[in-house]
Amino acid sequence: MAWYVKKDIAETKHVRKTLWVKCKRCSSHIYESEWKKNLNVCPNCNFHGSITSKERIELTFDKNTFKELYANISPLDSLKFVDLKGSYKDKYEANKKKSGINEAVVTGHGKINGIKAVAAVMDFRFLGGSLGSGTGEKILRAANYALKNKIPYIIFSESGGARMQEGVLSLMQMAKTCSGIALLNKSNIPFISVLANPTTGGVTASYAMMGDINIAEPYAVIGFAGRRVIEQTIGEKLPDDFQTAEYLLDHGFVDTIVNRKDMKDYLSNILSYYNR
Amino acid sequence: MTTKSNTSTKDAGKKGPKPSSNTAWKTVKTSRHPERPVLQDYIELVFSNFIPLHGDRFYADDPAIVGGFAQIGDKKVMMIGQNKGKTTIDNIERNFGMAKPEGYRKALRLMKLAERFNIPIVTIIDTPGAFPGIEAEERGQAESIAKNITEMAKLEVPIVAVVIGEGGSGGALGIGVGDKILMLSNAIYSVISPEGCASILWRDAAYAPDAAKALNLTANALYKLDVIDEIIEEPAGGAHTDYNKTASSVKNAVLKNLKSFENISTEELLNLRAEKYAAMGKFSIDN
Repeated sequence: MAWYVKKDIAETKHVRKTLWVKCKRCSSHIYESEWKKNLNVCPNCNFHGSITSKERIELTFDKNTFKELYANISPLDSLKFVDLKGSYKDKYEANKKKSGINEAVVTGHGKINGIKAVAAVMDFRFLGGSLGSGTGEKILRAANYALKNKIPYIIFSESGGARMQEGVLSLMQMAKTCSGIALLNKSNIPFISVLANPTTGGVTASYAMMGDINIAEPYAVIGFAGRRVIEQTIGEKLPDDFQTAEYLLDHGFVDTIVNRKDMKDYLSNILSYYNR
Repeated sequence: MTTKSNTSTKDAGKKGPKPSSNTAWKTVKTSRHPERPVLQDYIELVFSNFIPLHGDRFYADDPAIVGGFAQIGDKKVMMIGQNKGKTTIDNIERNFGMAKPEGYRKALRLMKLAERFNIPIVTIIDTPGAFPGIEAEERGQAESIAKNITEMAKLEVPIVAVVIGEGGSGGALGIGVGDKILMLSNAIYSVISPEGCASILWRDAAYAPDAAKALNLTANALYKLDVIDEIIEEPAGGAHTDYNKTASSVKNAVLKNLKSFENISTEELLNLRAEKYAAMGKFSIDN
């Protein structure tokens, strides 16, 4: 009966954890209900916490207009990758069960205040939103859908970067997704990149930085190399605002920073200028 | 498919198995061998009439990336490569072949120049990765790599990429989106360094040999995964044992691949490139 007891403890822990949410930026403890009502944004410091792809789609698209595409694409453990915690296959199967989605991105099309858009929405719950082969395939297919139908493309990124467990196959997804973006560029189909916390590594170094318009959420960490790696390289501590949305705005790499509650209207306002 | 050996793997982990040496790890060490030929050797032994060109026209000239017009056999090309040094002084000056945004932007400028001159591009890849530093982030390391990858998809001239030593992640891919990707038999190409992977997934960089094996970063493994197009065999003891032989194999392989693009239209070239990268990766389709 050991498994039964274990599960029981796990559930109790879960209940205890979900009463409060600790803000990653200011460490305030917020009632979970208040956190949720505020779209997972800290009422104290305006840090924008993670939201699921489903929540983001609901926030962005007009009611009942979002049609999901390519939902049946999921990972494959083609390297038979095993680390200390077990196999990649076990890991993504557990992630599929836990999150209810098959990959680290949800793709589809819908309407934003009445304007058509194709979207790829990354989901951090699925292996840290990492970019694997299935992720890249979905992002490219959605880009091709946008190209074929001449509809603007929006990618919401929330990702730790390329997925290690698929080796170079993951790295090549950077080239694969960007070849889709290149075709959109050539055909003058707008591509908007929305960067949420965190957007790092191979995702930043591919499509996430290639938006015709790059929009960040407040205080999102956006960068290429990890903070610890840089600190080790230069042997000193980095300033607190290093690699934040605000830092990127200062250095000219994002167009603007938009609050989550205003994102839908901001996007539709931009899209309303598209005149092809 | 993998069997349910989860528990035993975990237990083994807790007991702390000694990091195991293996073929992949030996290849990693060979690819980083201090006497392994570097870009400068190939410039001398493979190319002739090299005309180096400098600067990104925005900020600086990054010595970690070298490029310019060059001739290989009877072919005139644009050569762009990552410039590891042999001595410590060389390496400090060239930042161990780790480019900054200005390096990637110089590379892109030269690639566009090749397009204007209508000559093919040969890129030589040998880097531990893009430079992880404060000024690199400040000037847009991610943006510079992203831009190169995207622009390379559109370039209207053939691109042959050769991994001669270390193909370090995004830093390698920033000049690596080739119509053909060739790899020396003891070169490596990886999404993350084995040490970096081990410190994340094994919680200890000492497990780099295990990570190296799991990452499938050797030329043989990548050929089987349909990532690279050709393996260039090194002399028995490794490239460092016979520079001339290695260089001549590299030269023949590059020339052969360049010639395969001689009678191809721009449209077909771009379609083939798009198809090549669209086919990259392995995933499942659930019912």
